[in-house]
Amino acid sequence: MMLGKLDWSAIPIDQPIPLIAAAVVMIGMLGVLGWVTKRGYWPYLWREWITSVDHKRIGVLYTMLGILMLVRGFIDAIMMRTQQSLATGGSPGYLPPEHYDQIFSAHGTIMIFFGAMPFVIGLMNFVVPLQLGVRDVAFPTLNSVSFWLTASGALLVNVSLVIGEFARTGWLPYAPLSETTYSPGVGVDYYLWAIQISGVGTLMSGINLVTTILKIRAPGMSYFRMPMFCWTALGSNMLIVAAFPILTATLAMLTLDRYGGFHFFTNEAGGNMMMFVNLIWAWGHPEVYILILPAFGIFSEVISTFSGKPLFGYRSMVAATLFIVVVSFFVWLHHFFTMGAGADVNAFFGIATSIIAVGTGVKIYNWLFTMYGGRIRYPTPMLWSMAFLVMFVIGGMTGVLLAVPPADFMLHNSMFLVAHFHNVIVGGVVFGAFAGYTFWFPKAFGFQLDERWGKIAFWPSIGGFVLTFGALYVVGLEGMTRRLQHVEVQEWVPWLHVALLGVGFMMIGVAAQIVQLVVSIRDRERLRDVTGDPWDGRSLEWSTASPPPFFNFAVQPDVHGEEVYWGIKQRAIDEQRLGPEPEYAPIEMPRNTPTGFITAFFATLIGFALIWHIWWLAALGFVGAYATFVAFAWREEEDYEVSVDEVASFDRARRAARAAWLAERDGQPT
Amino acid sequence: MSAPAAPEAARSDRHDPYALGRGGHGGGGHEATGHGEGGPAPKRTVVAYGFWIYLLSDIVMFSGFFAAYAVLSGETAGGPTGAQIFGRGRVAIETLCLLLSSYTCGLGSIAATRGSRPATLGWLAATGVLGALFLGIELQEFAELVNEGAGPQRSAFLSSFFALVGLHGLHIGVGLLWLATMMAQIWLKGFRPNVQRRLMCFNLFWHALDIIWIGVFSIVYLLGYRG
Repeated sequence: MMLGKLDWSAIPIDQPIPLIAAAVVMIGMLGVLGWVTKRGYWPYLWREWITSVDHKRIGVLYTMLGILMLVRGFIDAIMMRTQQSLATGGSPGYLPPEHYDQIFSAHGTIMIFFGAMPFVIGLMNFVVPLQLGVRDVAFPTLNSVSFWLTASGALLVNVSLVIGEFARTGWLPYAPLSETTYSPGVGVDYYLWAIQISGVGTLMSGINLVTTILKIRAPGMSYFRMPMFCWTALGSNMLIVAAFPILTATLAMLTLDRYGGFHFFTNEAGGNMMMFVNLIWAWGHPEVYILILPAFGIFSEVISTFSGKPLFGYRSMVAATLFIVVVSFFVWLHHFFTMGAGADVNAFFGIATSIIAVGTGVKIYNWLFTMYGGRIRYPTPMLWSMAFLVMFVIGGMTGVLLAVPPADFMLHNSMFLVAHFHNVIVGGVVFGAFAGYTFWFPKAFGFQLDERWGKIAFWPSIGGFVLTFGALYVVGLEGMTRRLQHVEVQEWVPWLHVALLGVGFMMIGVAAQIVQLVVSIRDRERLRDVTGDPWDGRSLEWSTASPPPFFNFAVQPDVHGEEVYWGIKQRAIDEQRLGPEPEYAPIEMPRNTPTGFITAFFATLIGFALIWHIWWLAALGFVGAYATFVAFAWREEEDYEVSVDEVASFDRARRAARAAWLAERDGQPT
Repeated sequence: MSAPAAPEAARSDRHDPYALGRGGHGGGGHEATGHGEGGPAPKRTVVAYGFWIYLLSDIVMFSGFFAAYAVLSGETAGGPTGAQIFGRGRVAIETLCLLLSSYTCGLGSIAATRGSRPATLGWLAATGVLGALFLGIELQEFAELVNEGAGPQRSAFLSSFFALVGLHGLHIGVGLLWLATMMAQIWLKGFRPNVQRRLMCFNLFWHALDIIWIGVFSIVYLLGYRG
């Protein structure tokens, strides 16, 4: 059989919802592709984005993928909330169980792996080299490969909408439900190959950023002079390096079970299904800190900038970050206290889970003390940060409650748990991502986002968020379990309507953010960031132009003391002039390469072929991927030189803008 | 250890900022690159460092399979145990091949430092032959087991055995492909700086696989004989 398991029955012609959704997506994509073709943007896109190895471009691509997938996952969320509001009493709702199961699985998978992860990795990619005062990450081409592999995984998940089905096993495919005996379709296979391919990308991105932060910093940038975001990025990426291989191993074992008839997690022949749960959470718990640590870094930067003060308790913040990195590997068992490991084991993990909250508590106090006595401004990034402080404390407290094993036995698998982790992941990671997005947007594109629409987006989002998850906490305490396709208990229904109303408010928030982007692009001249320092920032990324040139800095910054850029700026204000013009030198920059894109093309091919058992195509994909590597290894020139003239003309323009700014603020109090 | 590829390397010959005992805290002083005052580290250091981090992540992945083997090694489901199927002599020869290949790989690195292309290619070829021998013996072992009805589908113990040992074998196989590609590159292009860096990474990779094999040898085979 040429096409393995693939035939026309894979297209869900009898199910209108996925078919219509897929049609809308297809029309949208074809529309975009047609528009790009009509305007003749392909050469530009190929040259400047697809083959770019510039960390800023790759960071923007990551962030765009993250935003797109957040919207996709949000649509799943709307469908789930609607179904639970409708399907009570005699009504079956509009989603049949097998479809509903795919939706909650896709929602979790997409939100974590393809929404939140690319969003925070994108921000780290964009910001970290700028904050360290360097020209790029350690391995620019690898960075491009990482991104395109992540995009490949996202593509496979979305292909499952039209061709075949997605997993019905939840966002972590617990065995033995995910074994072929109980999940014979291709859904779990889609999950496995999409996550494996994007997981390789994430791992390489982690290696890249750890190496960058530890080995590539501007002269004088010692560890304790790094901005806090670099520290949390370091913590997060160390966790990626230490935890993602466990995910790879676990999913490989499940793959062997499904494809080779192995018995790692099966019911028969000695397989151990609890080993799956242990292994997956040995990755899964560090994963939540991989997501939240960069968000902590963003809040540190935002709160310090808009309070007009250096971060309070810098060293304790570093210590708390590293404490979280270590302890995050000692709490995984709290995800299944009910496994029956015994009181002593549960007590250890319960206590460890309570203790890890101490690190976060230190951070919360540091942020509060940073604000204390500061001259506080409240633009959109600061609003998201304030919302985070309140929401995360609530989410943290329900988390510590769940960490108590006897309480967990009652609340395990309930809507209370669902409300808890949304409380910390949305209230922490997503709010952090939004804060970072609005904060660094002017740096990336050279104009600010419209503040009025930012605030219009913020208030319904936070209001809807409180309504939705407040209601879910209540039904959870009343005993409602998660993932119900049909709700039998009438007392829960009013709360589910409240939750749906909250989702409605959040929809307004999402729409307002989209409007904000459109309005800001339209009014970009009014919102132009001329000086490169729109927020009165404190770290090095604000010292270069917005958007920065591809080589980031005309001359490599020389770091003296903490908050180097703040020092330079204050000196310029005091002396009413910029420092002397530096001596410019040519700069070596890495060449663009399509390696990442082509590798991901073959990876997608391999993934798709393996999902559908089209073995010859998979083999072809491997040969293609190998050929791509060889072609890359054989290329003659890796770098090219940027001339002194180009560097100097860029930097003189930047200095002129700065001098104009200085002259304009002449006479104002500092 | 390799020919000075960059001025940075030449400078570090005179005074090594990474030497232990220098600076205030025992490690590198502030003038060391990547430690603050020195600015970005030279490319060779960055590449080696990044590759070390990759190797650590790879070892974490192996540890997942080791853990699974430890959990499942008693789950024979009425099938054969380790003591019944492991051939002592064969594993000894395998181990000998792999350890020797690490030695020849190191000699290849020394030859590359001297800049001798034929010697480097010779030692690398020896490494490849020994690696292929190892892989061949392993595949023969796998084939025999499957023929005796002791394949990975027989029991959870055999599943985890085939997966752990097979994962190591897969790494050796990929390593051989890498080695062949790199030898072709040395043959055609000589010791360009990027080829030298790849050779260094390959050395790290190959020695790391040796270390993992020591783990496999001890935990799977030695403990397995005991029954």
